Amino acid sequence: MLGYILRRLLMVIPTLLGVAVAVFFLIRVMPGDPVVVKLRADGANVTEETIQAERKRLGLDQPLIVQFKDYMIGLTRLDLGKSLWTGQSVAGEIALRFPVSLQVAIMATLIAVIIAVPLGTLCAIYRDSWLDNVIRVVAVSGLAIPGFWLGMLIILGLLYFFNWLPKIGYVSIFEDPITNLSALFWPALSVGYRYAAVVTRMMRSALLEVMREDYIRTARAKGVYERLVTRRHGLRNALLPVVTVVGLEFAFLIGGLVVTEQVFNLNGIGKLFVDATARGDFTLIQGLVLLIATVFVIVNLLVDLLYAALDPRIRLT
Amino acid sequence: MLRFGLVAVVGALAVAGSSLAEAQTPKKGGTLNFAVVAEPPTLDCHAVTTFAFAHPALPHYSKLLKWKGDFNNLKIVGDLAKSWEQSPDGLTYTFKLHDNVKFHDGAPMTSADVKASYDRIVNPPEGVISARRALHSDIGSIETPDAHTVVFKLKKTNASMLTHFASPWNCIYRAEKLKEDPTFPTKTILGTGAFQFVEYVKGSHWTGKRFDDYFLKDRPYLDGYKAFFVKSNAVVTGMIGSQFDGEFRGRSPKERDQIMAAMKDNATLVEGPWVSNLMFTFNTKKKPFDDVRVRQALTMAVDRWAGSEALSKISMLKYVSGMLRPGYEYGLPMSELEKLPGFSKDIEKSRAEAKKLLAEAGVPNLKVKLVNRNVAEPYTPGGIFLIDQWRRIGVEVEHSQLETKLFFDAMKEGNFDVLVEFISDFADDPSAQFDKLLTNEKSSQAAANHGDKKLDELFDKQAGEIDPVKRKAIVNEFERYALTQAYSAPLLWWQRIIVHHKKIKGWEHQANHFTATDLIDVWLDE
Repeated sequence: MLGYILRRLLMVIPTLLGVAVAVFFLIRVMPGDPVVVKLRADGANVTEETIQAERKRLGLDQPLIVQFKDYMIGLTRLDLGKSLWTGQSVAGEIALRFPVSLQVAIMATLIAVIIAVPLGTLCAIYRDSWLDNVIRVVAVSGLAIPGFWLGMLIILGLLYFFNWLPKIGYVSIFEDPITNLSALFWPALSVGYRYAAVVTRMMRSALLEVMREDYIRTARAKGVYERLVTRRHGLRNALLPVVTVVGLEFAFLIGGLVVTEQVFNLNGIGKLFVDATARGDFTLIQGLVLLIATVFVIVNLLVDLLYAALDPRIRLT
Repeated sequence: MLRFGLVAVVGALAVAGSSLAEAQTPKKGGTLNFAVVAEPPTLDCHAVTTFAFAHPALPHYSKLLKWKGDFNNLKIVGDLAKSWEQSPDGLTYTFKLHDNVKFHDGAPMTSADVKASYDRIVNPPEGVISARRALHSDIGSIETPDAHTVVFKLKKTNASMLTHFASPWNCIYRAEKLKEDPTFPTKTILGTGAFQFVEYVKGSHWTGKRFDDYFLKDRPYLDGYKAFFVKSNAVVTGMIGSQFDGEFRGRSPKERDQIMAAMKDNATLVEGPWVSNLMFTFNTKKKPFDDVRVRQALTMAVDRWAGSEALSKISMLKYVSGMLRPGYEYGLPMSELEKLPGFSKDIEKSRAEAKKLLAEAGVPNLKVKLVNRNVAEPYTPGGIFLIDQWRRIGVEVEHSQLETKLFFDAMKEGNFDVLVEFISDFADDPSAQFDKLLTNEKSSQAAANHGDKKLDELFDKQAGEIDPVKRKAIVNEFERYALTQAYSAPLLWWQRIIVHHKKIKGWEHQANHFTATDLIDVWLDE
């Protein structure tokens, strides 16, 4: 097992290297001059000479190959460079926002799993009953309603019914848990609903499929209680595809809360990504893409490990 | 507004202000919470050009001079300067500084700090960006005869020099720190302003606290302030939900109505003009826009008067004026403006004339590529309005709304027929507002690509004329000629709508979103 984990971790290096090279060149194909946006977007009378001086200061006057060499040398030292916009280290910019997005993703995942696993199970057990139909309608609504729109409804609802909005600004959960949770619960709920809908649907279909398997029939034939059949034999096997979906959705949420973060004024990775793209902040975009690629790789590894834990037939060697 | 007399002596707080709020007795204490809808790209005053820096960061800094009053009653007053004097030939400015000014680290501020700061603006060292270097290029030398006197000697007269000395961007830095590291201000906030820097959490907020050693002993009133960086569309809910109490760039009429409806008596509304406009610029390198008849036809087809009425209800666009802000004393009077192409109140007659001009130019079925920014306010309504107006004379328009960075690419590469542009400055000043109308040789921002040297000559003439009457005559001639040639034509000037909680007092509504940001006189009635 340990050897497997080490091999998988080593494979991360060429994967991230490929991502780094691809993103470096692809971003530079994008049109637009970040320096002009930085100095002129607000209407200032900035001369071309000043624009060139700023370009020089940022190293953008260097040939592409020199910029690439500097970038790769930096990567070997785990230095992602400095933001073209703020001049601060890319790692620092990301580190500031990552806890927000990570916590929302974790909370949304918890909401989704807590809601979806029981509901999906109920749907499968009471297939085609009124309960199944109601849950399916709720789930399909969750798939149909965009998270950011639900977020806006939540904000309007809080204002309309309670004339209240959570305090603006991020406070760590370790510093002030109540303020933290009162601010992050709502965005987690708004994305957690769609997330729960996906997992509910997956849970239902996976469990329905598993419950038709021979080993389930065998268990029933042996006289095992139906509840035990479902819990011990059905649910555990049905969780395999669910874990995959949960993992992918979680990884997606780290960088995918673009609009939700804006709706709730959260200082997260998604908002940073949008700002970096709008400003043409190459170095920051590179760092963010690498971060998201890393999250996907790690989450996939964790999902594989979880497979082995759930299904003893899977051996990771 | 600006009268360049020989001597102007104004104490920084001699002007008490005229608003009702200031007539009340200010209360001390409290923290002002406000929103900023963008984030600063740098911490260096001299390099920055955006309100996103001005709103959260300028309370930490002082300048030589500043603007005081609201848009109806605006004047330049002293900030660090307790008095100043301009020599009769207009070539020397002498500033006497307050003698009890300290930096936030406790060091005294002297004339050496002013000299070092202006030297940095005029001749930025390697690695330092000075965004307004060209505007200060007439400064020949800076002398410091004593610790509290600074003398600026100009190479030639510059009628806008006093405006530049009152620029919100000319922050005074500590000379010693600049000597150690000229890029010091990009890393550390250290000024002499009324508020000390506390923290800046990128993407989240910026906080400042009262500087107890501020040189005006009864200021500031606030204990501190907190600026929250939010997206523009979150301002309305944020204000209604009491997340913050104001936003000082400007809101749209729709947002104003939403906030006022929800906050009712708890909101204060201030509206007025803005030294910002939308204008459309023709690419004169492309046919048929090299033909003055075509340019005139397209500006004559636009009913600015009806547009003002309609657009002001849904967008920031409101005021009809030429190339200078409506109400600015150097601008052409409305009676004269109405005689120039595009400003007639008889739109039917104007459009008939426009069609005739297009036919004469051989382009009765003109097709135009209109390049615009994909910024909702006020660019989208402005662009759509132009499409509608030009269709009425048979002109077909392809409206291309681009991201800001792509927009600037299109502008630079000349990849447009007509470009929706803007002017946005911190003060009424012909030299600033006319810059985009010049030839490319003269201005790096001119998009029309024309080679009309007459505009450059008139520009230089007005820029160096320190007699206000003579300068006004030249400015009028420039504006008249520019509007007739129509390389660029103004669409409408913006309205600045500010809604804030009624407890905020002492905030001055000036006609721009860069000045009046020091928060010295702001207090909370709670």
